[in-house]
Amino acid sequence: MQEKRITCIVCPRGCEITVIGEGKEIHSIQGQQCRRGEDYAGEEFICPSRILTSTVLVHNEGRKILMPVRSNRPIPREQMRPCMEEIKKAQVQGEIHRYDVLIPNICQTGADMIAAADMDWM
Amino acid sequence: MEGIAAYMERPVSNTESGTEETEQKEVYDVVMIGAGPAGLAAAAAAKEEGAGRVLVIDRDSAGGGILQQCIHPGFGLTYYREELTGPEYAGRFLTKAADEQAEFLLNTMVLEINPAKRTLLCSSQEHGMMQIQAKAIVLAMGCRERTRANIRIPGTRPSGIYTAGAAQRLINRQNIMPGKKAVILGSGDIGMIMARRMTLEGAEVTAVVEIMDYLAGLTRNRVQCLDDFGIPLLLSHTVTKIVGNRRIEGVWVSQVDEKREPISGTERYYPCDTLLLSVGLIPENELSRTAGVETDPVTGGPVVDQHMQTSAEGIFACGNVVHVNDLADNVSLESERAGRAAARYAAGKLCRGLRERADGQIPCIAGENIRYICPQRIAAPAGDEDVSVYFRVSRPDRDVRIIARLNGEIIASRREMRVNPGEMLSLLLPGSRIAAGELTICVMKE
Repeated sequence: MQEKRITCIVCPRGCEITVIGEGKEIHSIQGQQCRRGEDYAGEEFICPSRILTSTVLVHNEGRKILMPVRSNRPIPREQMRPCMEEIKKAQVQGEIHRYDVLIPNICQTGADMIAAADMDWM
Repeated sequence: MEGIAAYMERPVSNTESGTEETEQKEVYDVVMIGAGPAGLAAAAAAKEEGAGRVLVIDRDSAGGGILQQCIHPGFGLTYYREELTGPEYAGRFLTKAADEQAEFLLNTMVLEINPAKRTLLCSSQEHGMMQIQAKAIVLAMGCRERTRANIRIPGTRPSGIYTAGAAQRLINRQNIMPGKKAVILGSGDIGMIMARRMTLEGAEVTAVVEIMDYLAGLTRNRVQCLDDFGIPLLLSHTVTKIVGNRRIEGVWVSQVDEKREPISGTERYYPCDTLLLSVGLIPENELSRTAGVETDPVTGGPVVDQHMQTSAEGIFACGNVVHVNDLADNVSLESERAGRAAARYAAGKLCRGLRERADGQIPCIAGENIRYICPQRIAAPAGDEDVSVYFRVSRPDRDVRIIARLNGEIIASRREMRVNPGEMLSLLLPGSRIAAGELTICVMKE
């Protein structure tokens, strides 16, 4: 059995939540003051995931642009490093608009890295 | 390099000749200085309120301000009810302002404001020196970071010491890594966000050092930026000495007592090639001073009323130039109020400035555990319009009640489980209960 202390970040209250369980099985969640906190703590225990952001180099008509990118869904925390390696290697050609997919299904996480900005505005 | 003298020799307008009195100036209803979140939201709101020509001026080559380099998520949670990155958040407001037909003048620096004539003296490489005439002006210049000079860290003066925002610009917009092994002084949000960013880009962040005994930034940033990567947070500690000649080689860190004085014997040496400073922000008000607006010594920004009008008539201010916000969403909301009021002023529908209305003002006074209140004054009579006031506490507390009193009588109050200097609070004052007198806000233990 594993015990994990989690600081809830759903709201500024910042409850200290204790989750006891093993693998994907949760036995108890204690310390939260709302339902959202309980859901958050459960997900944090099983598979903490985050939106990953970085930049990708884009070449367009002789211009080199550092395009901000983000994952379109949270990525498991332990996948962040391999994803960063992929992002570092990536280079894209052409005119990029906001929410264009630059790296589909990065590291088989099911998340796409998408453009966060529009080239017209940069 | 062409000096400023070269610009001065050109005609001071877009006409070929003429003195300052006879030249043809571009005339706008509302002019925003700054195309960051404040200027963009104000511009779109001014247009929505019916302003004719609206202009946004910025010294950068693109709009969006600092949000362009804030590639991390966490924006828009209150305004759009979804989590966006800085560039996305800025992009939405850029689109909104452009859709509303606001005009943009980029690569242009405003040098001076003439408050009596409401003219702006600007300079740009393309147009040289020029004058712009406004009916109403919105100050939206934002803030800048405190530097090593502001906090006076002893030691040598090597390279490798950056403000967190400068490092953020280098990495996110210029693709340059400032170093490989970093210590971060200050637990502000930008500092924590840069701790994560540098770690993800392959650098080692050995510690985030905070002089206070509580976190300066948001808890969510401690969890996602420090705890996620096992970066130690040293509360009640500070950097006491910088070591290194050409390049920084390390820093000495000491624990501090309750007076924030280093405790002898607690020193520890941290080798590093980079020191990032996230030690606070200062509203950027050099221009406001040329306009002669009154500033608040606590916020470092202009004194404003609930319409965000400064002490200079027809000059409004919003966003971090007024007081440093923790969330861009709050800046947008405040700036929309400023933009709407500026449009009403330009149309002759808003009362005169604070100075002329000294009789009809309600001062907002910071009571127990309140550091400052924005607006500092409420222009009375507010009619039946409700007034939102924003404020910060001086120190963290739990289970408290926030109380607003007008002439001693409670007109609004709210319970709060947790208050923190890093998180701005607000209270809605019912318009029907606002009358002449003095408003005090305090935080009391329940």
